[in-house]
Amino acid sequence: MKNFTHKKTYHPYISPLDPCPPIRTKTYSTPPHLYMGFQPENLEQFNPREALQAGTLWKAFYDPYYGPKEKGRGPNE
Amino acid sequence: MWIYEKKLQYPVKVRECNPRLAKYLIEQYGGADGELAAALRYLNQRYTIPDKVIGLLTDIGTEEFAHLEMIATMIYKLTKDATPEQLKAAGIEDHYVNHDNALFYQNAAGVPFTASYIQAKGDPIADLYEDIAAEEKARATYQWIIDMSDDPDLNDGLRFLREREIVHSQRFREAVELLKDERDRKKIF
Ligand SMILES: [Fe+2]
Repeated sequence: MKNFTHKKTYHPYISPLDPCPPIRTKTYSTPPHLYMGFQPENLEQFNPREALQAGTLWKAFYDPYYGPKEKGRGPNE
Repeated sequence: MWIYEKKLQYPVKVRECNPRLAKYLIEQYGGADGELAAALRYLNQRYTIPDKVIGLLTDIGTEEFAHLEMIATMIYKLTKDATPEQLKAAGIEDHYVNHDNALFYQNAAGVPFTASYIQAKGDPIADLYEDIAAEEKARATYQWIIDMSDDPDLNDGLRFLREREIVHSQRFREAVELLKDERDRKKIF
């Protein structure tokens, strides 16, 4: 179940004539639910307080997203 | 029928007066993949979907209104007491001219909300796939708003909302599994 990453990357074609400085690596989000199918039984839970904060009761679905201005705070960074 | 609890689903905090962030957030208020569209889409599809998943649409549709209320609170706080000059600097003076500080169901580009954002095809699989797509689009919109925002308190609330989109998408995916399931068909070998 844990054989996935929350982020994938790809490398778009860079033309010598692109006016903006190229972004060589693009990333996109691939949150855990994409890999889950039907939710299996007996998954690990947050305690109620943590669950309210996280937005989900289930640890397996927790995928916090942080912007470029707040880097390094998420498990998916 | 609904019962209203006079509190937000998740506390909304905003660090500073920032009308520009309000301009982005309005996308999730009255945009195509926003919370209003989501609530209305699911609560409307309930009538023409198999019994097994009606409750799910009711639950998620109801929760979307709780999200709408959070977004409204964020926008309200980000623009409360902002001067016309500040609104002008944020590029929303045209909103001010039309609405003062009032909220309006429109997207980030100022296009008013329209029912054509909400599909109802009557085919359960088609409708649920639309719902899954809507959740992923809302998740992406939250990412792009978080990318634009430097307000850590606001981002905390937005992260919560993004996580809820993930859970909703998961539940809609499970609904598709339920509806295509063949377990109750008699198998004779
Ligand atoms: Fe949702």
